[in-house]
Amino acid sequence: MELAVAHETIARWQFGVTTVYHFLFVPLTISLAALVAGLETAWVRTGKEKYFHATKFWGKLFLINIAMGVVTGIVQEFQFGMNWSDYSRFVGDVFGAPLAMEALIAFFFESTFIGLWIFGWDKLPKRIHCACIWMVALGTVLSAYFILAANSWMQHPVGYVVDPVTKRAQLTDIGQVLFQDTTLVVVFHTLTAAFLTGAAFMVGIASYHLWKAKRRPAEVDRRKTAAMRTSLRLGLVVAVIAGLGTAISGDTLAKVMFEQQPMKMAAAEALWDTQAPAPFSIFAVGDVNQGHNSVELEIPGILSFLAKSDFSSAVPGINDTAAAEAAKYGGRPTDYIPSIFVTYWGFRLMIGFGMTSFVAALIGLWTTRKRRFLAPEFRTGDDEPPRLMLTRSREMGPLLTRWSWRIGILTMGFPLVANSFGWIFTEMGRQPWAVFGLMTTAGAVSPNVGVPTQVLAFCTFTALYAVLAVIEVRLLAKFAKPGPDVDERPPAKDPTLRGPDADEDADKPLAFAY
Amino acid sequence: MQLHDVWFVLIAVLWTGYFFLEGFDFGIGVLTRVLARDRAERRVLINTIGPVWDGNEVWLLTAGGATFAAFPDWYATLFSGFYLPLLLILVCLIVRGVAFEYRHKRAEERWQRGWEHAIFWTSLLPAFLWGVAFANIVHGVAIDAQKNYVGGLGDLLNPYAILGGLVTLTLFTFHGAVFAALKTVGDIRVRARATAGRLGLVTAVLALVFLSWTQAHQGTGWSLAALVVAVLALLGALVANRLAREGWAFTLSGLTIVGAVAMLFLALFPDVMPSTLDPAYSLTVTNAASSPYTLKLMTVVAAVFTPLVLLYQGWTYWVFRKRIGVQHIPAAEHAPAPAVEG
Ligand code: HDD
Ligand code: HEM
Ligand code: HEM
Repeated sequence: MELAVAHETIARWQFGVTTVYHFLFVPLTISLAALVAGLETAWVRTGKEKYFHATKFWGKLFLINIAMGVVTGIVQEFQFGMNWSDYSRFVGDVFGAPLAMEALIAFFFESTFIGLWIFGWDKLPKRIHCACIWMVALGTVLSAYFILAANSWMQHPVGYVVDPVTKRAQLTDIGQVLFQDTTLVVVFHTLTAAFLTGAAFMVGIASYHLWKAKRRPAEVDRRKTAAMRTSLRLGLVVAVIAGLGTAISGDTLAKVMFEQQPMKMAAAEALWDTQAPAPFSIFAVGDVNQGHNSVELEIPGILSFLAKSDFSSAVPGINDTAAAEAAKYGGRPTDYIPSIFVTYWGFRLMIGFGMTSFVAALIGLWTTRKRRFLAPEFRTGDDEPPRLMLTRSREMGPLLTRWSWRIGILTMGFPLVANSFGWIFTEMGRQPWAVFGLMTTAGAVSPNVGVPTQVLAFCTFTALYAVLAVIEVRLLAKFAKPGPDVDERPPAKDPTLRGPDADEDADKPLAFAY
Repeated sequence: MQLHDVWFVLIAVLWTGYFFLEGFDFGIGVLTRVLARDRAERRVLINTIGPVWDGNEVWLLTAGGATFAAFPDWYATLFSGFYLPLLLILVCLIVRGVAFEYRHKRAEERWQRGWEHAIFWTSLLPAFLWGVAFANIVHGVAIDAQKNYVGGLGDLLNPYAILGGLVTLTLFTFHGAVFAALKTVGDIRVRARATAGRLGLVTAVLALVFLSWTQAHQGTGWSLAALVVAVLALLGALVANRLAREGWAFTLSGLTIVGAVAMLFLALFPDVMPSTLDPAYSLTVTNAASSPYTLKLMTVVAAVFTPLVLLYQGWTYWVFRKRIGVQHIPAAEHAPAPAVEG
């Protein structure tokens, strides 16, 4: 008994650690690929150097990040078989299909075109080189789509039958798996959250450079400031749009979840008893795990609104939902209650961290707005750091200015934290199910993998990932701090597709080498 | 031919593609310590595969994903059964990918040397372990009635499997040396040919023993034909290498890999993982396969996208077709200019 619990627990910890770790790199990759593609397009179309320098600068950080995303993804591909073999046997027919499509359609795109982009600066015509990074960006979005379709099927299985003889799930309609509302809304939510993440990252680093340029104008090359100013604006605009999209899609997702997994919704609110109208809990003290909350701060009616778009509907509580699930699937009601502590706080931290970044970006967008909205004496050149303007002719005081730039830097990683909590919340809120209503997590584990083996694997991955995290963060800092290399020039003449066959450049060094 | 047979062939094709492509990648990684004399030469070797290694690795991910979709039981039994070797392979692939990307990002000697050692070991170990894994798959392992592997780690390290590992290690390194000769100029190219000549002989002996052993144990007429192709191709590659016909040598060393992998899969068919406990427990193309619906769906997807992948991956090789030598390696590390404030 004890051993069986350990067996499942270690497998879950390993999955949680490796997947959340993988997902630290994923949102940055998805968004930075597209942002770098946008910057390179601006360079190709306008020929302005600041776009070239920005492309190169963010491209470098993007590459440091994607390397980790790729290698941690390889583990994901195989760990279903390693730790969750009974799960794999049961769902392979349905779940394997999107996974295989992801590899065949998306990963080949990403990995092949990223190679062309990294090494192709002096080998490909500008436009084709730029098209390559767009292909990478497309690949990342496709990859997200397929894997989220697979994950959505676990949240809400559709388009399958369970074979009466083999007792395995069998796919009957791929269209439903790829296009059910769960998939569409989760894709929307995850992609917008990803763009908020990359945009906040960009804003943070650009803020660091602009704040430095402001304090010590003599030391900072104006060409750097120009590139960083463009990046700041791009980051702010994207953060605001993506933040808005995240909130809207999140709200839609909540309504979907209310239908499909009422337990997750009730757990997210620590709403023990069915209420009509149901309040939204902002804060709860005491043990949310105990069946009641001792101190609560709530806004009446809001939860009803989130679930049903009106202020009076009944929202089923944890106790009623658990009783209903027990009646349907057998066992005790308590078997069907996920960790309320984790879901309740995970949900709040997701929204809290993510939306803080969104609000910060909104304020930033206002205070750094375009010159023509400012009185002439407050306008600054494109290669100077902007002044932070409250109104047309009122600048922030020094203290507020200092803190505004600092907040830009400090909130850089907030959406990353929000993403992790979003996943932890959504996955733990589904417990005890691995596939909702069909297979429990306890029944999904590999029966033949011993606890010592699992412990070894878990420790290996955790230790390796910890070391790599230190290396990666240091490298990012090393390359982010100096800012763009403004002495770097684009290739003197645009390469042709025929390539460098001519004798004159036979011994010319490579533009980029490992 | 039924759909699950088609998928058996497709999975074989994906593994063949993986070993053909990442085979020379692994070989290059091993050769950074065997062939290269200094850092500049090591960088030449690494840069011959720089733009393509990541794309090559996706053949493995596709083989894994396709196995999951087409033969869920095969995927489940294989990866839960061969847990520790797979763990080691995963660790290697993680470190290897990071090593390629990060090695040149700092100028410190310790940093660069550390990653260079990593590239060597993380290329060598998977090259060996894949052979061990495949030898065990073909030979059969202890699979019980619930389709679970019930043997231990020690059972996987039998003499036959170790020989299989040595074959893939030497074959991939040979393939890598031939590739190095094809993609470099100058002194290193000449030495790559010489190394390939020596490695090829060792490979030929080991491969002949291993493949004949397999043939004797569970061969068929078809697998014999593949064996003959593999051996003849290997000899042909040696001759072409001796004659400095590098394009031919590479084609033939690749054909050796194709022949050897085909031979293993032909010996395996119609099982996908035979059981040594009771033949009735063996996983076969029928009892491990997905439903016809999934197989049909995946066939369409594969038929549309595989040619596309071949097309743009082929184009990548064309774009980077130029040979490189030490004179092409930029002297300055691609580190950014020092920080303004120091
Ligand atoms: C198979 C599809 C699948 C996909 C695409 C994801 N998950 Fe998941 N997740 C599972 C399938 C799953 C699972 C196999 O069902 C787990 C393992 C154990 C469990 O409780 O559910 C799980 C658990 C699990 C846990 C641990 C929960 C626990 O211990 O109870 C976390 C934190 C995440 N996942 C997070 C993620 C993240 C960050 C993902 C995105 C990258 C993600 N999941 C995608
Ligand atoms: C748990 C299921 C998951 C599996 C099996 C998985 C598998 C993989 C694999 C094998 C790679 C490496 C591909 C390469 O070499 O290029 C990868 C990378 C990637 N994955 Fe995942 N992944 C999972 C979760 C997710 C989710 C949920 C998303 C998106 C919402 C995602 C998005 C990406 C992206 C964008 C990459 C590109 C590389 C990078 O992140 O830097 N993955 N994944
Ligand atoms: C920057 C990151 C993120 C932010 C700012 C964010 C924000 C939000 C917001 C505002 C809501 C609406 C709440 C409501 O109306 O009830 C929501 C809901 C939701 N989010 Fe996120 N989110 C983020 C990332 C994620 C991620 C990565 C996931 C994982 C898939 C996720 C899963 C969910 C789920 C499942 C819901 C529905 C809530 C429910 O069932 O009650 N979120 N999110």
